[in-house]
Order: sequence, then C-alpha cells, then structure tokens
Amino acid sequence: MSEPTPILSGHDLSFIAGGRPLVADATLDLACGTTTILIGPNGAGKSTLLKLLTGEIKPAGGAIHIAGENLSTVPGWRLACLRAVMAQHARLAFPFSVYEVASLGVDGIGRALTRQRREAIVAESLAAAGVLDLAGRRYQTLSGGEQQRVQFARVLCQLDAGRSVAEKQVLFLDEPIASLDLCHQLSLLDMARSIAARGVAVLIVLHDLNLAVTYADHLVVMDQGRIIAQGEPARTLDDALLRQVFKVDLTLSRAPAPGLPFLLPQQHRSRPAA
Amino acid sequence: MSSQALTTLIAGRRRVGLVAVVGMALACLLLTIVAIGQGAIAIAPGRVAEILMAKLSGNTALLEGRDVLVVLNIRVPRVLLGLLVGAGLAVSGALMQGLFRNPLADPGLVGVSSGAALAAAATIVLGDRFLAGTMMKLPFAALPAGAFCGGLASTLALYLIATRGGRTSVATMLLAGVALGAFASALTGLLAFMSDDRQLRDLTFWSLGSLGGASWTKLTVVAPIILPLLLLMPLLARGLNGLMLGEAEAYHLGIPVQRIKALTILLVALAVGASVATAGLIGFVGIVVPHLIRLSVGPDHRLLLPLSALGGAMLLVGADIVARLIVAPAELPIGIVTAAIGAPFFLWLLLRRTSLIDV
Repeated sequence: MSEPTPILSGHDLSFIAGGRPLVADATLDLACGTTTILIGPNGAGKSTLLKLLTGEIKPAGGAIHIAGENLSTVPGWRLACLRAVMAQHARLAFPFSVYEVASLGVDGIGRALTRQRREAIVAESLAAAGVLDLAGRRYQTLSGGEQQRVQFARVLCQLDAGRSVAEKQVLFLDEPIASLDLCHQLSLLDMARSIAARGVAVLIVLHDLNLAVTYADHLVVMDQGRIIAQGEPARTLDDALLRQVFKVDLTLSRAPAPGLPFLLPQQHRSRPAA
Repeated sequence: MSSQALTTLIAGRRRVGLVAVVGMALACLLLTIVAIGQGAIAIAPGRVAEILMAKLSGNTALLEGRDVLVVLNIRVPRVLLGLLVGAGLAVSGALMQGLFRNPLADPGLVGVSSGAALAAAATIVLGDRFLAGTMMKLPFAALPAGAFCGGLASTLALYLIATRGGRTSVATMLLAGVALGAFASALTGLLAFMSDDRQLRDLTFWSLGSLGGASWTKLTVVAPIILPLLLLMPLLARGLNGLMLGEAEAYHLGIPVQRIKALTILLVALAVGASVATAGLIGFVGIVVPHLIRLSVGPDHRLLLPLSALGGAMLLVGADIVARLIVAPAELPIGIVTAAIGAPFFLWLLLRRTSLIDV
C-alpha cells in the first residue's frame, strides 16, 4: 500500500503561553481516508495542538499546510470548506432550535447552494447523527449527550456543504464522545470512520484508550506538549510507554481476533513526578 | 420525526416569519399615520393619509390649510425621528446582545451613553460658563454635537482598550465599559454639582429624552448616521447567528469574526450616538424590544433584526403619542414613558415565561 499524500501537515509546531511551552516540536501529517486518534493525559497539549491545526491559534514556530497551501494565508470561508471542527463544549446564549443550530453548518459556506439542497443537507445530517426527532426542540433543553450529537450534525452539515468547493477535507473532533452513552459512543466513532472511508482525513482526540486503539488507523501519543510516539496502534503502544505517559500500572494484552492491544488498568497509583 | 415532517416544520417557521414581518410593517404604517394626527391640533387619520399621498404624488392642489403645515412641518419630522431613533435603538440592542452573547447587553454597553452624557453635561455646564459668547455663533446646536462626539470618543477608547493583536475581546470590553461608565458618571456628577439651577434642569430634561425638537434639518443630519445600521444589518445576521456558538466556533464556520465585531460596534456607536444626541437618553427600548421578538419568533438574527427595527420604531412612536397627550399641552419626557410602559410589561413577561433567557 502506498503512503497516501497528507492533506494537512504540521511541521515542528510549537506554541507558548505564559512562558510555558504547551506544544513543542510537534510534527504530524493527516492523510485522506485515515482516522488519526490523539491520546495523552490531561494537559498534554492535545487541545492546543488541535487549535493550531484548525487555524484557531497561530503557532509560535513551525508551519502548517492544508491542501498544499500555507494555513495562515487561506481565507476563512475557504478554510471552512476544507475543514470542520467539533469543539468540546458549545453553550448557546439564546434559545435556538436544534434545526437552527445544525443549519449553522451550511448557512455560512453553503450560500451558493439552493435552499432545497441546504435543507436536504441539514435533514440528512440530523438523521445521520440520530437527532432528527429533536429538530424542533430548543437546543438548551437537551441533555449533554444530545447536544453533543446536535453539534456532530452541524459538523456533518459543514462537511457536506463544503464538499462542493473542496474535494479533500479534514474533520476535527475534540473529545466527541465525552457525554455519550456506550451505544452512541460507538455509533459516533463508526460514523467518523465511515466519513474517513469516503476520503476525509479525520482527527479525533479521545480519552478511552481501548476505543482509541480500536478505531485508529494512526495513533498519536502526546505528553507534556510533545508527540512521543505515533504510528499504527498495535505497534505504537507498549507497557513502558503507557506507564510513563499515564502514570498508571497497566496490563496490556492482545485481543484474540484482530490482535489489537487491550488495556486493563491495575490500580490508580500516582507516581511522584520524575 | 421524518424528514417530511421536518420540511413542514421549516416551511411553517418561514411562514410565521413572513407573516410577522408583513404584519408588523403594516401595524407600523398605521401607527405612523395615527401618530401624525395626534397632538394639540387633532387631525383625523384619513386626512393625514390624504395629505401624505398628495405630497408624495406632487398634487399641490390638495395641500392647503393649516393642518397641512402642521402635518408636513411639525408632525412628520417628529414621527420620522421617532421611527428612526426607535428602530436604531432596538436594533442596536439586538446587535449588542448578539455580539456579547449576553441577554442583558444594551446599546449603552459600547460606552456611547456614558460618554455622550458626560459630553452633554460638559457642554451645558462648562460651555455655558466659559464659552457662552462663542457658542452663540456656532452654526449648529452645541449640545447634540458635543454629545455625539463624546459618545464616539468613549466607544473608540473602549474598542482600543479591548483590542490586542487584531482581536477584540468582548469580555474585556464589557468590563472596561463598566469602569469607563462609572468614571464618566462620576465626572457627570461633578459637573452637576458645579451647575446652577437652570443648568441642572437642562441636564435633567436632556437625560430623560424627548423627540420635541424634531425638524427637517435635524432629520437630514441624523438620518445618514442611523440609516447605515438599518441598511447594513442583513450583512451581520448570519455572522451573529454563528457567534452564538462562541467565537472559535464562528471562526471554524468561516465567519469573519473580527470584521463582524468591528462593523457592529461602529454602526451601533454611530446610531446610538446620533440618537442620544438628538433625542437624549431613552432607556429600555434596546432591551425590551429584542427580547419580545425572541420570545415570539425565536433568536434567529435574520428575523430578529428587521422585527426589532419595526418593534422599536413602534414602541418609540407609541410612547411619543402618550408623552404628548398625557399631560397636554405640556409634554412628558419620552424616556419616562418608555421605561414606565416597558419595565412593567417586561416584568409581566418574566413572570409569565420564566424561560426567557436560559432554557
């Protein structure tokens, strides 16, 4: 299998806030059709790296290219066609309906589309995220998990609307399953993978290591602002690395069928910082 | 829900929006005609419509009589000023609430009101004392001009304080606005302390607001300053909808966040500055109208902004009718009427619908 060309590549990225490096020397490629999962303990710099790659903040050092262009020179609306972002928390100030929230994804960049097409995109995305039934409800009356699925529907809308402009796209999901029950966790991650299968480069920040190794094509491990390991999940994780990064004693075994690593935490015993 | 049901839902919402816009536009037109007829000389709405039609069609034969002069030279400019200022204040309120993502925001938050009040106080008290001779020779009224400049200057100061590295922090602007407001009211208070009885009376009445001094000359000065807000607001609606999710999310959606912020603040500062300068401090329009509209048709700015414009125009023209009639032949300051009607009505709404803001 030949190495797919990356649609987004970050080279030697660093970011400093308050004199502390939050991200240092991070080099990362995202390839179309690939699901990349970013793991690491709290404060490892995962969200900061995500913000750098989405263009929300500018790196102190290093360069990011998306679809062959320097990220900082791509105009905002074109960037919105190239990539969609689902952030961790989205609180609304006013009682918008679920339909209105989801259609924000197409309102901005889908202006060239017909109204029928825009409405069809929103309906399809709401159905795909399993929230079509809630379309008329107020966003703020939903549970945290339902809100997260509505935000996912909004991101799907944006990808769909952007496809008419940009053929290759990137999807960023920052802890997308944090408030979901097991069934919806799996269905969202399945959907993310099927989006990747359609040729989108997907980057997901996850906390559940077992789900991470199950769903990742490419696993990236961060600690203290640095990418300390990345590659195929089965080859990337080992006991020593996990103990060093997460400071938990683990038993790492292999699941019988696909040979994926399976992690069982032994006990939560904090070790003194080295 | 099937996607068929969703289509029906969307079509229904769109119809409600259309009916609301058309209905309010008609109501606003009717109220305008009634308002032109009200006052010391009562003129029937039919006659008002006749005069207006004749004027618009250039049919001068019908334009004779004392009532024609009253309508065209006194009432029409006053009602037009009311429409303009009311629409401007209500839209400014809706824009500020959207920009700050805060239901309590009002046009005063950009610092216009406090700056304008300070400048007005300075014009009344200090101008009277030191520059009386010069001010008589000025080709324009010193008070509105001073208030307008004061409002703009404080907005500019706030904007510069809150902008770093090309990004404006609305949170900083909110806090700095409170501080600047407190400072300006301290200085205004000091000026009030220094003023004599007549100056104090001028200051008090100005701060309560009035459409009394309306004239065609005033309108031609004010209209070009307030109209850009009303004409350009459709450009801001989508962006403000996106901003409801937060600035980062709006940026991810491809919305030019910084441009939206700068344009909103500029348009609001101009419109509110011109309103305050000509009509004084008129409270409550910018808070009560957008909330009413949100309650009835939802928070989508594409509908909220035009409906707020119509609602604000109607509220102010309606309040002006009350202000003119209730203690005739004297006139009540209009700020008293808008707050006296607006505040209880708003409270009643809050009691009826606890879900005004959060859920």
